[in-house]
Amino acid sequence: MADYPKNLKYTKDHEWARKAGAAVVIGVTFHAQEALGDVVYVELPKLGATVTAGKAFGVIESTKAVSELFAPISGKVVKVNDTLTADPQTVNHDPYQAGWIIEVEPSDAKQYDALLEPGAYEALLKEAAR
Amino acid sequence: MPRQTPLNAAHRKLGGKMVDFAGWDLPVQYTSVISEHEAVRTAAGLFDVSHMGEIEFAGKGALESANALITNDLTRAVDGQALYSGLLNDQGGFVDDVVVYRFSPERIFFCVNASNREKDFAWMKSRARGVVPRDRGDEFAQLAVQGPKAAGIVQRLTKVDVSKAKVGTYRFTQGQVAGVECIISRTGYTGEDGFELYCPPGGAEKLWWALLEEGKADGLKPTGLGARDSLRTEMKFALYGNDIDDTHTPLDAGLGWIVKLENHDFIGADVLRRQKAQGLTRKLVGFETTEPGIPRPHYPILKDGKPVGEVTSGTMGPSVKKAIGIGYVPLALAPEGSTFHVEMRGRLVAARVVKTPFYNPA
Repeated sequence: MADYPKNLKYTKDHEWARKAGAAVVIGVTFHAQEALGDVVYVELPKLGATVTAGKAFGVIESTKAVSELFAPISGKVVKVNDTLTADPQTVNHDPYQAGWIIEVEPSDAKQYDALLEPGAYEALLKEAAR
Repeated sequence: MPRQTPLNAAHRKLGGKMVDFAGWDLPVQYTSVISEHEAVRTAAGLFDVSHMGEIEFAGKGALESANALITNDLTRAVDGQALYSGLLNDQGGFVDDVVVYRFSPERIFFCVNASNREKDFAWMKSRARGVVPRDRGDEFAQLAVQGPKAAGIVQRLTKVDVSKAKVGTYRFTQGQVAGVECIISRTGYTGEDGFELYCPPGGAEKLWWALLEEGKADGLKPTGLGARDSLRTEMKFALYGNDIDDTHTPLDAGLGWIVKLENHDFIGADVLRRQKAQGLTRKLVGFETTEPGIPRPHYPILKDGKPVGEVTSGTMGPSVKKAIGIGYVPLALAPEGSTFHVEMRGRLVAARVVKTPFYNPA
């Protein structure tokens, strides 16, 4: 079932963000993984790379399509989820926990606060489905 | 609005994720491409391929009329045999790739790609001598049952003996399956054993549900276009529009085995004779990437930094568990073990030509 945890923030590009101390963990939403279908490849950025809010930071491929991953916030990549290299379908099975993609040290704390609340994201999905 | 097959309601009832494919509203998947792919390799899958077109030559001289249009040779087949064949233009390029059924010398039946149906029919009508072809596409639905368990499932639903001894590979017969009159053809696009069943549109739903029910215990799954593509890619079966088109000949595509030039004249034959005499310049090869990255259609192929070809098909092969691709390369790069790079979004990924099919069915 569709699931949009209350403790996360969201983007219109179907990424989620979660605070982890000073850093922010980033992944794709339940809706994103469902729309993609079986994820077969995730192209991750390098550690230390800079990501920019709204800009592509990586690529996610399913059996059917190639899609870009967009950064919800700007900052420096401090962790990448290497387990996705061997088992990309983790994104399908557990998009919010084991299927996280990168962790970023934000360059501007305010960007996180400006992301969509769960209710606003779900409203956006409902709108798109109509 | 895309066209609907007689099974549209069935797909929706089964939760199929519908997409527009060649102007038809068809399911890309029901649950997941990988699980459906695996069902076909290990048990069985059921496909709606009613979008495929059917064109028939009927009457005295049908065989001769049809044979003059195709690269394969119907005179070498027997009644009840099907041939994979090229339908070529005057330059030797593919108008389409087709399966041609020899019912008798007076009745020849073509199965053609959905995307090419109108073009093929117009081409055949304009170039056929003798018998005039008839577009019978609206008179047939087509279901494919594929996988190691497929033949057993079909056999339990019919009184016709469909054992391999009676209906071998690329042979066909006719009879009722689940009470629906069918052309029962041991053909397919997955590399697995199985049948393609042509039936009247009105019988399609009855046949579909009967097959699903009968196959349930065997693990038969309804299977969408996504798995159909990954299954055929693992076999290096050509897809028209990707791997073959009107600018590539069967010889370029490594399909020399469907070209019969001896005592057989057909449109494009002279070009192929010349090409054979002069030698090929490029070839369609199968390759795997040796660095992370999945090849996709239209990605450039480079050797020593220079573009030398293009990927025509590619995927992560669910059975071979490797990123695999198909593409045209210069002849010098065609032998197994040749290496080159595939450019993926500006990144060069190393690749190596391998033996095909990528997957060998049990």
